[in-house]
Amino acid sequence: MTVAPSRDEAAGVHPAALAAPADVADASVWAVRTEGLTKRFRSGQVAVDGIDLAVPRGAVYGFLGPNGSGKTTTIRMLLGLVQPTSGVAWLLGRRMPESAATVLPRVGALVEGPAFQPYLTGRANLARLEAADATADPRTARGRAEAALERVGLAAAAAKPYRQYSLGMKQRLGLAAALLRPRDLLVLDEPTNGLDPQGTREVRHLVRELAAAGTTVLVSSHLLTEIEQVCSHVGIMSRGRLLVQGERESLVAREAVRVRLLTRPADVAAATAVLRRLGLHDVVDEPAGAEGAPVTATVGDHDPAAVVAALVAEGVAVLGFGVERPSLEQMFVELTGEGFDVAR
Amino acid sequence: MSLAEPTTDAATEPRLAEQPRRRPGAFGRLLRSELRLVLGRRRAIVLLTGLALVPLLLGLVLFVTRDTALAGQGPGFIAQVTGNGLFLVVAALFLCMPFLLPLCIGIASGDAVAGEASTGTLRYLLVVPVGRSRLLLVKAIGALAFAAAAVAAIAVVGLVAGAALFGVQDITLLSGTTVPVGESVLRVLAVAAYVGLSMTGLVAVGLFFSTLTEVPVGAMAATVCVAIVSAVLDQLPQLSAIHPGLLTHHWLDFAELLRLQPDWAVLGQGLAIQLAWVAVFSSLAWARFTTADVSS
Repeated sequence: MTVAPSRDEAAGVHPAALAAPADVADASVWAVRTEGLTKRFRSGQVAVDGIDLAVPRGAVYGFLGPNGSGKTTTIRMLLGLVQPTSGVAWLLGRRMPESAATVLPRVGALVEGPAFQPYLTGRANLARLEAADATADPRTARGRAEAALERVGLAAAAAKPYRQYSLGMKQRLGLAAALLRPRDLLVLDEPTNGLDPQGTREVRHLVRELAAAGTTVLVSSHLLTEIEQVCSHVGIMSRGRLLVQGERESLVAREAVRVRLLTRPADVAAATAVLRRLGLHDVVDEPAGAEGAPVTATVGDHDPAAVVAALVAEGVAVLGFGVERPSLEQMFVELTGEGFDVAR
Repeated sequence: MSLAEPTTDAATEPRLAEQPRRRPGAFGRLLRSELRLVLGRRRAIVLLTGLALVPLLLGLVLFVTRDTALAGQGPGFIAQVTGNGLFLVVAALFLCMPFLLPLCIGIASGDAVAGEASTGTLRYLLVVPVGRSRLLLVKAIGALAFAAAAVAAIAVVGLVAGAALFGVQDITLLSGTTVPVGESVLRVLAVAAYVGLSMTGLVAVGLFFSTLTEVPVGAMAATVCVAIVSAVLDQLPQLSAIHPGLLTHHWLDFAELLRLQPDWAVLGQGLAIQLAWVAVFSSLAWARFTTADVSS
């Protein structure tokens, strides 16, 4: 488990970053890095509290946390919209906000929901963003806008004024704007907001597709389950702090993975003995139900298949057997002692 | 240690795009897009149409009443209109100057940045990215273009309506001398130009207020208030010491252009005051906009 108890012991630091501090800006390793990034508003509220974000290139980084945990403020600082109170941020190896002019053309962003001119059509809104991009090729502008509209499934509604769009269509236009040109990094803040389940699936599919093409994706959400499955890496925010970050697989602690055996009540004693003999920890027999008597244990380094084989060899009736991996949501509750949907 | 070495597999090797370069003509593309947005939106068209109606209605009223006892009564240059259509432009500008024109210009310039902030489009322009100084400059030009269009709407419609209703003759100047038609038209156009330049200070004030808030109506109201308060202060003789520096003090001095020998010093002062207001408030707007957190 890579819990970051304090800022100094931040989790998930890349070996390269530890070896030489200069490497935090190495664009071939990191798409996003921050060190001690902090934002204190004039009201005195600390929205982001010294976070050390580390998004490796090529990753799909799920930036998770309840509403109000500081995700959007962090993203605004990464993009140069909000000046950090202290701390440093690098985007694609360049300091932000100083390098905005050279870095941001390579970054597509959806920040806190889509926003466009209400009276312009979807197509005209994209044309306006195209015109604003000093580094984009105006000769290919129209073609790229049409391709982006096509990609998010908005081609048919491109000639409608933005104010007539449904929330889902607005979100799609926001994605189209982020995809106006090939990007090295996509920062998607709550991209599934307002989308129905089908739209949410499409966004997940899009993220997978972009990641497969080599784009690093930083995607934030307050709905863990919506994007948990597409992420290679995860960072969890709560109350302005980055609680954990790292590869999704390794985040779920091995100690937390438990096997659950369902056996006959008469075999509980034998099963418990076998599991203890194998060296599994925290063996617990739970009250028997109609379906059988459950026995659970922490699996540790053991191969669950070998555990089953050993049980069968000892004559224990195996009515059911499973490995229970806690979800990120459970992990979050464990880390913070509060539900994921609780805002500050 | 939880982050693995990022994949270096050939299929997923991150592509390092070429360093983006500025392309020639980029500023022009942004400016054209802005002008289309500012002058093409329905509100702008309604405001400009409203302003254009002032000389038209004034001309019609004067035309209908020209043979009655009321003929020639009214403030400013109304008495001269029926005799010479050119004066319709001057009379219409005179009527619009104290309130209608500042109102329309306050709406357009107060909305410049605050409008983008309130719809949330400001953050998307900034992450495109558009540099903040560049964006402010484009917004300023857009607001100035609207001010120019507002004055032009009054002048052009006034000129056409005046010519159609009353004909265009040599102008008898305020000093009693008569100048030929060609020079008369030029002098009237110079009046319109002076009025337009007199609005630049107000545009800068509006732009500054626009960078302070995400509520466009607030910036618009504050801008219009500045014009009104300035006009009120200009009425108080007790404050004559500060009168020369007031935004509106020289607004009506366009009448100088209708004298045989205009007092260029007065006109120059008027323009210098505008320049000072523009310098102060565009600096404030720049200082504010280039450092403010964009959290809308």
